[in-house]
Amino acid sequence: MAEAHPVGFQWVMEAKRRGATVIHVDPRFTRTSALADEFVAIRAGSDIAFLGGIVNHILANELDFREYVLAYTNAATIVSEGFQDTEALDGLFSGYDPETGTYDPSTWQYEGHNGQTSHDTHVHRETAGGLRQESHGPPVPAETERDETLQHPRCVYQILKRHFSRYTPEVVERLCGVPPEQFAKVCDAWTRNSGRDRTTALVYSVGWTQHSVGVQYIRTGAIIQLLLGNMGRPGGGIMALRGHASIQGSTDIPTLFNLLPGYLPMPHHQRHETFDQWVDEIRHPGQKGFWAEARAYAVSLLKAYFGENATPDNDWGYGYLPRMTGDHGTYQQVLNMIDGKVKGYFLLGQNPAVGSAHGRAQRLGMANLDWLVVRDLYLIESATFWKDSPEVETGEIVPEECRTEVFFLPAASHVEKEGTFTQTQRMLQWREKAVDPPGDCRSELWFFYHLGRLVRERLRDSTLERDEAVRALAWDYPTRGPDDEPSAEAVLKEINGYDVATGAPLPGYTALKADGSTACGCWIYSGVFADGVNQAARRKPGREQSWVAPEWGWVWPANRRILYNRASADREGRPWSERKAYVWWDPDKGEWTGHDVPDMEKTKHPAYRPPPGASGAAALAGDDAFIMQGDGKGWLYVPSGLIDGPLPTHYEPVESPVRNPLYTQQANPTRKVYDRADNQLNPAPPEPHSEVFPYVFTTSRLTEHHTAGGMSRQLAYLSELQPEMFVEVSPDLAAERGLVHLGWAHVVTGRAAVEARVLVTSRLRPLRVEGRVIHQVWLPYHWGTNGLVTGDSANDLFGITLDPNVLIQETKVGTCDIRPGRRPTGRALLDYVADYRRRAGLDATHYPPLETP
Amino acid sequence: MTTTGYDPAPAAGYPDAPPRMGFFTDTSVCIGCKACEVACKEWNAVPDDGFDLLGMSYDNTGGLSANTWRHVAFVEQAAPSAASLDVLREAAEGATQFLGMPSSTLPGETGREDRDLRWLMMSDVCKHCTHAGCLDVCPTGALFRTEFGTVVVQEDICNGCGYCIPACPYGVIDQRRDDGRAWKCTLCYDRIGDGLTPACAQACPTESIQYGELDELRARAASRLATLHERGVTEARLYGHDQNDGVGGDGAFFLLLDEPEVYGLPPDPVVPTRELPSMWKHAGVAAVTMAAAAVAAFLGWRR
Repeated sequence: MAEAHPVGFQWVMEAKRRGATVIHVDPRFTRTSALADEFVAIRAGSDIAFLGGIVNHILANELDFREYVLAYTNAATIVSEGFQDTEALDGLFSGYDPETGTYDPSTWQYEGHNGQTSHDTHVHRETAGGLRQESHGPPVPAETERDETLQHPRCVYQILKRHFSRYTPEVVERLCGVPPEQFAKVCDAWTRNSGRDRTTALVYSVGWTQHSVGVQYIRTGAIIQLLLGNMGRPGGGIMALRGHASIQGSTDIPTLFNLLPGYLPMPHHQRHETFDQWVDEIRHPGQKGFWAEARAYAVSLLKAYFGENATPDNDWGYGYLPRMTGDHGTYQQVLNMIDGKVKGYFLLGQNPAVGSAHGRAQRLGMANLDWLVVRDLYLIESATFWKDSPEVETGEIVPEECRTEVFFLPAASHVEKEGTFTQTQRMLQWREKAVDPPGDCRSELWFFYHLGRLVRERLRDSTLERDEAVRALAWDYPTRGPDDEPSAEAVLKEINGYDVATGAPLPGYTALKADGSTACGCWIYSGVFADGVNQAARRKPGREQSWVAPEWGWVWPANRRILYNRASADREGRPWSERKAYVWWDPDKGEWTGHDVPDMEKTKHPAYRPPPGASGAAALAGDDAFIMQGDGKGWLYVPSGLIDGPLPTHYEPVESPVRNPLYTQQANPTRKVYDRADNQLNPAPPEPHSEVFPYVFTTSRLTEHHTAGGMSRQLAYLSELQPEMFVEVSPDLAAERGLVHLGWAHVVTGRAAVEARVLVTSRLRPLRVEGRVIHQVWLPYHWGTNGLVTGDSANDLFGITLDPNVLIQETKVGTCDIRPGRRPTGRALLDYVADYRRRAGLDATHYPPLETP
Repeated sequence: MTTTGYDPAPAAGYPDAPPRMGFFTDTSVCIGCKACEVACKEWNAVPDDGFDLLGMSYDNTGGLSANTWRHVAFVEQAAPSAASLDVLREAAEGATQFLGMPSSTLPGETGREDRDLRWLMMSDVCKHCTHAGCLDVCPTGALFRTEFGTVVVQEDICNGCGYCIPACPYGVIDQRRDDGRAWKCTLCYDRIGDGLTPACAQACPTESIQYGELDELRARAASRLATLHERGVTEARLYGHDQNDGVGGDGAFFLLLDEPEVYGLPPDPVVPTRELPSMWKHAGVAAVTMAAAAVAAFLGWRR
């Protein structure tokens, strides 16, 4: 966190100053570790085993916060008899279909609940369905069978206990390389600092997400925080640091293929032929919670999109929305480009030539388009690949013959335009424009507005059906100034939502209607312009308001700062302790009150229990803290919604030198793979020849540079701070491979060889894993061919293998070799890498099966 | 006004000098982000110092220079384990014959593998000494003492003679190769005069760099040191705070977590001009003696 979020890290330091203990778990000792009280060196890719060991510690020693667990989790819920765990099936859950590499989750369901789940998990994987369920809560019955004594052998608590029983401290040592004394220290610190009086916060970032089991990493963290009663409580919770500013905003109002604003799913051509089918799948009739109003959110969104052209007669313009037909994820798109299936590409503020996995595939894909439009602050590598990429050096791309026509349009920086950022804590902060952009630089808003305007002008007289959608758009934003800059405030007002007849801004999402009388660009953001005031622009200093600081910016939903804060009080609505009081029930006033906006209907009594057959918000009991889940409870066990299992299980990374000691199943049996000659992955046991790539490598960031380097390697003041691409190795590895400090080395995988200067440091230490020494190698991923300082790109080393739930790439762990000296260049480089592939047994027809035989 | 005697601004002739201002840099909370280096360069339009991978851990700046006025040092070390500390203690107490022989380990290291890693980070800066060597030797008056007690070099007066360079006991002030003039930290004289905070202190996210009245900073530092000692961080110490040291104490002082040498700082800096009065006196006595001897010799000759 100190490396990538130095300004945010000041709050960790403030907590430390006030006596908090900071524990840092990482494959290498970073600037965060330097300030932590305890640094735990871990093998990259083994975090589920580490966290699983903590879960086991909690359950085996009955250290869970029992009242919280009973009140707010599904620990007591009984699971159907057909469920079989990885313990019984050697690393698989019941229902695995080796043909599709996915599970039929019907045996995972709660007892007595059958038939309401989607069996089509294959489609879910193609469409990253897990991302939609981020705030959605897949279908489960409102009422479940429970055993409040937690003794029933099929209750979630007992299933959890059995499942994690094999994650002993010895296993943690064998698998992760963490010594038992240190592991005990972590378990102790975490459990002792959780409960009524104290809470512990868990912080993670892309070191957890960018794995083929990334979602399950986070699940394990969530299990611990639920068992210890840290969710929904001040000083507790799980903070997911993002990788880039406003990325939270980019999923809330998405730039993703499978989501519409507010986490409404993009319709699928088969499953959602009609508007009603689409809405009903979101609503889950019979479910608890606020998704029951999905029709109002959907209609209001369509009214925002299509204005007068969205009417009850045309299903509000539902027919105009695009439909998913399969995997439209970025990696599939790039492979489609290589295969000649994509004509054009808009690339805005992103540099996949450096920043995405498998750089070679990215660049070869971009070299096979009709046209490419790049908008950025500088000529990034993704704009100039056709003349200076590594493929030009090897002869795979010939500038004179490259068929892609590249248009570069300079972009305005964030101080040259107004608008909001949405950061990880769901906070929207409005930024004013400080200066005009220079020359031809323009904002994204300007670009898309005028592009849309020009396209619509071209199509004004078209009678083709395929042009109807664009012609039907409501595209009348006010513009001002010499550049006709659209008003960002007008867009924010539309996102907030307004009454169609009067234009009056809406106070929040509960005011949205399904009859076309309201329009709203993003239901979860409704309220950001309540009362006609730009709430996101508020900047009341912290010292002038309460410690929750509700008048700084605006947080969705409804300016609620901690989600699920109902769990900060007990079942009767009393705070767990004075010290940790956050929201509570005021019996005299008959309402919820406290330091934050309560995450419970204001006047719903804690003892309220819904009548049978209730649904929607009325079905939420007064102790249903997790209001977005179908049963109102936090899920220790996930009956549906995740492709790879209801419980996290240790699988080895797809590329690993270690045979999974826990199960026959080596890696995630449902992972998304692209079996192609240009995407071969290094062999992992039990496949032979994994010793050709004997070392584990991982990538991350330096404080001095930013992501793919477009915003830092062009600046002298930052470039001089870290002027060269380098690789960190331990003194032991340096000795083993003959690497010299400040000398050259190159790292080799089945995809590429990347050269770097050597930094020998004790901050990387060899780990003892499964009885042998495992060396880890670290690379920063910031370098490319353009800028004041240039170097090879670390992401060229990775192939494409994805988490099945959200289609994120595994770029935090792989296997490699490292050798002294610079890499070959030109055709010799291709031959060099090909020789490694040959020795590793990678030929064009060999792909390991998903299910390890 | 300082609590003890000498205050540089009044001593330099300011009749109503404001309180002495300075820096307290608490390296125990430095996260090595280098925002201070960048903020300083942005504000002062200091040129970049070259793109060189130095391999000194994450320090590619190297040291304070004419083009680096805030420099973050990184020291990777293994903190001695309890067992090895015992050995050193025994040796010091004479249980074994400790000859103080040089070994292959540097100050702060014991050369053993089985212990916790420590990564020290520190933002170094001009010390704005109470008795400043650079100021004392400057022949043109380019270097002067401000009303805040800080030391500033005026680039439009500096003639590039270079006398100040060897006069600094910390090796801070330096000449630019291209224009020959001497440059160093101004303690953002053009900011503090308007009540603003120096750029580095403003940018520092963890308040490792603290700016304020020197007396108040010293009190804060003492309190912080006590807290750290209470928490068992016994190697914590202040550096440059002592008004009886060889430069009269620094206007920019530090809290360190190890010996100054570990950070590349001189353990006992002395302003070179400290001995000047006594040197001139001795030279004067020597001259008079020589003159007397010459007179005596000639008188003897006459006889």
